[in-house]
Amino acid sequence: MTALLVLDRLTVRYDTRDVLRALTLQVARGELVALMGPSGVGKTTALRAVAALQPFDDGQIVVDGFALRPGPVPPESRLVPLRRRVGLVFQAHALFEHLSALDNVTLALRHVLRKARVDAETIATQLLSELDVGTRAAASPRQLSGGEAQRVAIARALAPDPALLLMDEPTAALDPARRSALGTTLRRLCEQGRGLLVATHDAEFARAHADRVVTL
Amino acid sequence: MIAALALCLAAAQHPTQILVWGGDAEGGAPFVEADPRDPSRVRGFDVEVAERIARGLGGARSAQFLQVQWSNIDQSVERGDFTLGLSGVEDTPARRARHAVTLPYFEFREVLAVRPADAGKIHGLADLRGRRVATLGSTIAYDLLMQARDSTGVLPISYDDDVHPYGDLVTGRIDAVLLDHIIAQRALRRRGGAGFVILDPPVAIGHYVGVLAQANAMLRDSIDAVLREAMRDGSLEQIFRRWNVWDETQRPFFERVLRTNERASGVPTTTSVQALAYLPSLARAAVVTLLVSVLSMALAVVVGLALASGRVYGSTVVRVGTTIYIEIVRGTPLLLQLFVIYYGLAGVVRLPAFLAAVLALGLNYAAYEAEIYRGALEAVPRIQLEAARTLGLSEGQILRLVRGPQALRYALAPMTNDFVALFKDSALVSVITVVELTKQTAIYATNVGSWIVPGALCAAVYLAMSLPLSRLARRLERRWRVP
Repeated sequence: MTALLVLDRLTVRYDTRDVLRALTLQVARGELVALMGPSGVGKTTALRAVAALQPFDDGQIVVDGFALRPGPVPPESRLVPLRRRVGLVFQAHALFEHLSALDNVTLALRHVLRKARVDAETIATQLLSELDVGTRAAASPRQLSGGEAQRVAIARALAPDPALLLMDEPTAALDPARRSALGTTLRRLCEQGRGLLVATHDAEFARAHADRVVTL
Repeated sequence: MIAALALCLAAAQHPTQILVWGGDAEGGAPFVEADPRDPSRVRGFDVEVAERIARGLGGARSAQFLQVQWSNIDQSVERGDFTLGLSGVEDTPARRARHAVTLPYFEFREVLAVRPADAGKIHGLADLRGRRVATLGSTIAYDLLMQARDSTGVLPISYDDDVHPYGDLVTGRIDAVLLDHIIAQRALRRRGGAGFVILDPPVAIGHYVGVLAQANAMLRDSIDAVLREAMRDGSLEQIFRRWNVWDETQRPFFERVLRTNERASGVPTTTSVQALAYLPSLARAAVVTLLVSVLSMALAVVVGLALASGRVYGSTVVRVGTTIYIEIVRGTPLLLQLFVIYYGLAGVVRLPAFLAAVLALGLNYAAYEAEIYRGALEAVPRIQLEAARTLGLSEGQILRLVRGPQALRYALAPMTNDFVALFKDSALVSVITVVELTKQTAIYATNVGSWIVPGALCAAVYLAMSLPLSRLARRLERRWRVP
């Protein structure tokens, strides 16, 4: 089993304080790894470093052969291979407020992958349907419930077909039934051959759905 | 204002000692100017006429000068700011109908000035069809030009002062100037007798008078008696000779005044100006206001976007440069910027007045727009930009597809408010000869002698144009409200 994501002694410091100290983990294709630990332990920081949204001070990150090194975040032009490989679902969803659910999902398809509008919308509609929010395609983010917004955010992250999906506290705003449904969805994504790294402090969710748990 | 108040109080407390008279020292010599040896004092033939009148009224009276804008002398005297208005005030039937006006004390000629090259071709207003002829707004000369516009097709250009018309004549911005011969001769002297020539014969004859509030008719009669005495005893002639404005036409004029006991001798001008006659001019001026505003705002938006992008995305040099531009433009008066662009740059590039107005307003408001856009761009939550980056959008795409559209929601309401403000600020461009709504209203008000009807009409037109904009701003604010 080849590792899709390798974190090797990943260290992030704010001033002199280690926010993340020598985190080492691997995520394989088809594997769901839960990154656990109490709030403030650096789970989100780890995900942001993998998504090249913040610099790290030591160690190495390799995503499907693309390596990130310590130091400042490289310019976007040098990150194109990483962006194609990694999707991130923010805890707060961060859907684009000025776009409908459908347009949130088609944005990268049309402007990054240069697909025609009609093709992009076909893919997006299918993704939204698979995530059970197909009927909400025309809604604006403000009109969506927390659970719906999260699934639209997943669809948006999946649209460019990344091999690795990062999720930050996906169960934070979900009731037990929704939590279980989300677990099922994530397992299906793994079956499609993706690797998932899910930061959570929800031990029950991790036990039920993760292949492995890494505790910080 | 405090000084004016103090003077009025002084006048009220010592009604027999001081004759407070109003004039505009900006008009300059030989009428009234700040004394170069003591700028707190004024000098000029009107100053001496006022002193002569004060002396003649008896009771050891002295004259005290109060500065007032020339075009506001009538309104100010009627308000009671001062007793006598005297500063090259023209004798018109309209003024006579609304105020107590003294005897005419000086006869002037409305003369045309043209460039030397045109002197052989132009002999009067009739030869100026389709040419730009300048004068001071709200004067007999302006009325003459308005009549000539309708009869012979000259293009009247109105200035707020009597110095710039001659400068613009020499540089070719305009083709002729119609003004009092005293003003024309003064301008010619200042230019060493070159640059333009004064045409003979004059276009019309006019007279300077003193103006008092209508309720002051009795004092006016006393002043008339003093003026007659001054004509008889030669003291008026001495004053005019001292200021080099005495000429062979004044003697017969004095004799006529003394003989006929006449009071009215005004140039037949816009006596029967009907309020309705001004409506087409007001409509034209409203179109000018609208055009200046819309074009300036378009320029302000484009330049503002460039400045804001420079401040948010630019290198250090670009950021410092744009910041300096914004601070200088916001920190200096728009009026000054108008003068600099129109008159200051005239040596380098002679911009037409309309273009200069649009440029000055547009570049000024661009600084304010830039700050709105910068604020709006920076108000877009960082997580939205990060989400866009994780999707693989380039910085340019993020600005165009995510940050820009979201910033627009924050910027739209303040932008609309700015447009309403610009719309009203466009009244300032009248100082560089663009006759827009407020200027046209001022001309209208001067001619009908009241601000009530013209002011109400002007306000109605502004409101008719700005209220829909304000409503639009409110609607947009509601519709685009950010959660």
